[in-house]
Amino acid sequence: MTTTVATPAQTEPGKRSAQRSDRSAAENRLGQKLVAPAVIVMLLVTAYPMIQAIYLSLYRYRLTTPDDRGFVGLSNYGVILTDSLFWRDTLNTVIIMVVTVVIELVIGFAFAMVMHRIMIARGLMRTAILIPYGIVTVVSAFAWQFAFSINNGFVNSWFSWLPWISADQNWFGDHWHAMFAIMVSEIWKTTPFMSLLLLAGLSQVSEDMIEAAQVDGATWWQRLYKVILPNMRAAIMVAVLFRALDAFRIFDQIAIMTAGAQNTESSSFLTYRQVIQQMQLGMGSALSVLLFIAVLIIAFLIVKLFRVDLASARGEG
Amino acid sequence: MKQRLTPATIIGFIVILIWCLLPVAWILSLSFKSVAETTSGSPQFLPKSWTIQNYKDILNNGDFTDALRNSFGIAIIATLLSVIFAMFAAYAIARLDFKGKRLVLSLALAIAMFPVVSLISPLFDMWRTFHLFNTWPGLIIPYLTFTLPLAIWTLSAFFREIPWEMEQAAQVDGATSWQAFRKVIVPLAAPGVFTAAILTFFFAWNEYALAISLTSTTRSRTVPAQMSYFVGPDPFNPPYSLLATASVIVTIPVIIIVLLFQRRIVAGLTSGAVKG
Repeated sequence: MTTTVATPAQTEPGKRSAQRSDRSAAENRLGQKLVAPAVIVMLLVTAYPMIQAIYLSLYRYRLTTPDDRGFVGLSNYGVILTDSLFWRDTLNTVIIMVVTVVIELVIGFAFAMVMHRIMIARGLMRTAILIPYGIVTVVSAFAWQFAFSINNGFVNSWFSWLPWISADQNWFGDHWHAMFAIMVSEIWKTTPFMSLLLLAGLSQVSEDMIEAAQVDGATWWQRLYKVILPNMRAAIMVAVLFRALDAFRIFDQIAIMTAGAQNTESSSFLTYRQVIQQMQLGMGSALSVLLFIAVLIIAFLIVKLFRVDLASARGEG
Repeated sequence: MKQRLTPATIIGFIVILIWCLLPVAWILSLSFKSVAETTSGSPQFLPKSWTIQNYKDILNNGDFTDALRNSFGIAIIATLLSVIFAMFAAYAIARLDFKGKRLVLSLALAIAMFPVVSLISPLFDMWRTFHLFNTWPGLIIPYLTFTLPLAIWTLSAFFREIPWEMEQAAQVDGATSWQAFRKVIVPLAAPGVFTAAILTFFFAWNEYALAISLTSTTRSRTVPAQMSYFVGPDPFNPPYSLLATASVIVTIPVIIIVLLFQRRIVAGLTSGAVKG
């Protein structure tokens, strides 16, 4: 998009290269000066605390008994990795991540198709779709907790005609029902974001190509699978990467809706509970480090598996 | 371009509207049910008798109004600072050639994916040492960190679309890079800056995990954190009316911003993520 305008006329050809390298050195300095504040703020609250967390994770350190602090090596990690609670919470988190992202991808794509075709009331549609995106996650969690409540919720009375929902279904009384309620809240809140990313990808698929396929006799499904989806691969992958990592960090919904009851704890909630409620800074730090590593692994897997190149997807040379 | 209005599209349109608005209508309806009605159990969607008593109660609740003040203060300050830092960085990324550009972009990307909760333990420890625990700056600083990546992406995408000939024209007329930035580009970039500000505000307004961990009183507790304190001893039988009313009030700014700036928000959300 950048248009280059002819450089100002140079008086002497000999001076030209010297001027240019002066200018590029100045540009280099200015560029680094301009990014410096942002880089410092970003590192101050992430890199330094992460180093601190790695250090603390090697200690037995509980705030309620600060004098008992002592170096224990890797034994915090040993305790965590052999504890079934850690693995159960990790499994919960992975289930929530996979289920919500898959469902969001399907519903989000359907929404994107509708938004792509609709010509009337686009403002109304945009407003509606942005409300779940903008709403506070805690509010979404409360709204759905109340909707699923036995005494005050509309879900049981509206859906009791379904064979597997009874009028007195206690949604927070067992593991799978509680997980279902948590995932509904998460899916409701984040599907619109997914659909907007997919819509942006969809609008870049050439209409001519789709029409050409139609002329050649491709069915609706063939057009979808052979033309539309492959051409919006980059958009899909970016959406999946961002949403998967976001879903893996799920915290607000669980903290509000169940506070970890019925074995619905996630990795994030377990870490929070160790640090803030149990004051176990050593153990909590070890969990923080493991959570960080888990996110790195997931990001690495998605990027490698689907060969997402975010820089080139953005046109960033 | 064929844009036919098929029945399937119209049904889809209605489904999207219901999907997005039903839970909002639900908390709105709940906020008008009396405390007596929700205590005795009221599974129907609409209130039996409408009351605005909940709104009177919550606006007279000192803890809630304090939290509202903290939420506004912290979100606005974090937004302003984040956008200023991001503006400088995004300009450099979009326009200048300098060493370490890819490194800055990778760093921003890594931080966008960073698990916020893993910072709770070290920050809890550090903030107590630096006397930042339970203060506004104690939340503003990490909010800056986590909103900068989004702000930098959004802004650099916008900055790339600006007609740069104008900057070069200014430079031909004798302006330095800095003057060209301040006098020519800032006015052109204002819409993008505004979009980045909205997205940053949404993040700070929404954040819960750090708000609950790094505060201890209503001196700095924000609304989402305060709401979880309203729940009371039995998490499965909370004060429905109070919480629904608080939910409605904290959602009002979001709805106003969405109504006024929906086109900008959509442009901002997608510009950072999908291109080419």
